[in-house]
Amino acid sequence: MMLEAREISFQYEKNSRMILENFSIQVESTDRIGLVAPSGFGKTTLCKILAGYERPLGGEVLVDGKALSEYRGYCPVQMIWQHPEQSVNPRRRMRAVIEEGNQVDPSVVDGLGIEADWMNRFPAEISGGEMQRFCIARVLGEGTRFLLADEISTMLDLITQSQIWHFLIEETQRRKIGLLTVSHSEELLKKVCTKLYYLETKTWG
Amino acid sequence: MEKNTSPVLEIRHMNISFLQYEKGFRQVELPVISDLNLTIEEGEMVAVVGSSGSGKSLLAHGVMGILPYNASMGGEMIYRGQPLTRKRIQKLRGNEIVMVPQSTSYLDPLMKVGQQICKGSRDEEKKKKLNQIFHRFSLEEKVQQQYPFELSGGMTRRIMISTALIENPRLVIADEPTPGLHLKMAKRAMEHFRQLADMGAGVLVITHDLELALETADKVVVFYAGHTIEEANASDFKEVSLLRHPYTRALWKAIPQNGFESIPGIQPYVKEMPKGCPFAPRCEKRTAECEGEIPYRKVRDGYVRCLYDA
Amino acid sequence: MKKKINGRTLLLFWLVLSVLFLTAVCIGGSFLDETARVTDFSRKNISPCIQYPFGTDWLGRDMFARTIRGLSISILIGVCAASVSAVAAFLLGVVSATMGKMADGIVTWLIDLVMGIPHMLLLILICVASGRGLKGVILGVALTHWTSLTRLIRGEVLQLKEQNYVKIAYKLGKGRWYVAMKHMAPQLFPQFVVGLVLLFPHAILHESGITFLGFGLSNEQPAIGIILSEAMKYLVTGKWWLALFPGIMLVLTVICFYTMGDSLRKLIDPASAHQ
Repeated sequence: MMLEAREISFQYEKNSRMILENFSIQVESTDRIGLVAPSGFGKTTLCKILAGYERPLGGEVLVDGKALSEYRGYCPVQMIWQHPEQSVNPRRRMRAVIEEGNQVDPSVVDGLGIEADWMNRFPAEISGGEMQRFCIARVLGEGTRFLLADEISTMLDLITQSQIWHFLIEETQRRKIGLLTVSHSEELLKKVCTKLYYLETKTWG
Repeated sequence: MEKNTSPVLEIRHMNISFLQYEKGFRQVELPVISDLNLTIEEGEMVAVVGSSGSGKSLLAHGVMGILPYNASMGGEMIYRGQPLTRKRIQKLRGNEIVMVPQSTSYLDPLMKVGQQICKGSRDEEKKKKLNQIFHRFSLEEKVQQQYPFELSGGMTRRIMISTALIENPRLVIADEPTPGLHLKMAKRAMEHFRQLADMGAGVLVITHDLELALETADKVVVFYAGHTIEEANASDFKEVSLLRHPYTRALWKAIPQNGFESIPGIQPYVKEMPKGCPFAPRCEKRTAECEGEIPYRKVRDGYVRCLYDA
Repeated sequence: MKKKINGRTLLLFWLVLSVLFLTAVCIGGSFLDETARVTDFSRKNISPCIQYPFGTDWLGRDMFARTIRGLSISILIGVCAASVSAVAAFLLGVVSATMGKMADGIVTWLIDLVMGIPHMLLLILICVASGRGLKGVILGVALTHWTSLTRLIRGEVLQLKEQNYVKIAYKLGKGRWYVAMKHMAPQLFPQFVVGLVLLFPHAILHESGITFLGFGLSNEQPAIGIILSEAMKYLVTGKWWLALFPGIMLVLTVICFYTMGDSLRKLIDPASAHQ
């Protein structure tokens, strides 16, 4: 399968700065691509567009040649956000986060080190690192073909970061899920990804 | 300014706990910070490093005397040779001791930046100083006439640091000063704090980003599950064998450049804290003694809370 | 740990006390209906004593019975009006926040329309137009009090729609119904309950207000507004108890409702949950 952005452009308001202009990228199922760019280059915006949270002004996003917006129900492209605490409902227990995913396999929950006891807690009762594990498990249900990770480990400690990434690399490799990662740390991307793309110079490395 | 050889701030055996409701109407006390020890000398930049949600922000709030209503604190704080009482902190807060808060929303949106930094005073000397500070942080003078909404994120950050600088602070506390900042900006923000320290102030930076802290700080205090487990010189992190605690070593090995290794397990939750060493359940070297009292002892010019020499 | 009454228990105590007071007034009022109407010239104008704690008036009616009866009527009207308002507010709020720009525009316009006219004036208009009496008052209060809660609910739903976790739920293939029930309802419910309770005092005050002005309940009803307006004539002759005690009781009832709303809010709201 392939996730493809064709000549997409984006700006938040008319007459404001163009955040993306005629940008194209292709992600294969076996790819782990790291995006490197200075801040203000619209990396988060790009992730949102590729996952269908925002619509590009020009160009299109295709999954297997079919426009992303035509997919109904569970979206084959899922995104993990930087701030897990904004991505879970503060009034629902953590169990609900997993249940909201599309039949998340218990092996995913185990693999991420989620303990049974956390399931009954509310988001305020667990740490950011633990919450991010839930957010990752939620998008690894059946039907996920591509995963976008936007600075997912910036707020976590180094060991948690390493744990989560080791799991993600293995899981995406095994299930042939294409991965596109954004991080400010080039060193991290070098460890995680198979290819790096420099947005500023539009070159692969 | 009289000469003072005692450290700017010394914290001894600080405990902070929270009163929280369990299900229904039972209250429980949650220890968030236990037996924290810390010393900041003049001109020194100390980084407290711990993962998010580990309660390290409370340390800053505890020193500033602005803990939430349901928190209580024990232990001793000594500021320049004298105990830092509630009364004293109220007098010093905002001039000798300043805090750079985590969020950029602490600026008054309806006040021009210049006025805000000078706290409304029209003193000529202050204005001159403000210009100097702006020059140092490469902010244009016209920014003083702007409102906070007109500023970029990086500028806001610099303005907040300027607000701290205008009063000749002796102690600056920065709580997670770089969240969401891009690496270059984050580094620059840390350099601003370094400058403050070089000007003679004691600087305490509380952050989750070990790599960033190592670039500018003199000393690093590692925070794990509410305990300070190691105090090391930043230079110790150049070599894993110089580090003292197994957790700090694991942290070092988890840095992408240093191997990106991980160890299993998670930081214990405050309600399920193991007896004795909080790291013991994940530690390869643990013995039965690790469940007992673990002293915070001096090892090679630093401190460690571990029974064994790493 | 020290044995101390903690904040939550205290809140619950106030909540229960308020509820008890209000139910006592309601139940008492329904039993005192007859007593409140009895006139007996042999005992007219008695100042407060043990037998008649609130005194009697110029027709020899027991003021305590009249006050309690009046308050119970007020509370009844409050409950009816507030419930109607709340249901309307909930439906309109949800419609305006979920059904697109057009619906939202109409609802917002309606809110502005009702809020643009002075409350009292609109109340009197509706009340008189619908033939006064109990029906008129309930209708009037109900039709004027839905606005603030509607606004609150609409704002809340709009905000919830923008939440990341709601957007994520849609991406995970969840439908509108799922999001409304699982993500929105739990957040809206407390707001709604508290808003509902806080509508009561408003409704009660407005009811006594228009009755006092003579546009509300009819004269033979022992309503608080009637009691107060009649007492006005006798105040100058030194019969202070005719206005004082009913007035205090009205204030007490209103305070009770506010305490109820406030304690409820603090108990449900996570931000102040650990006080």
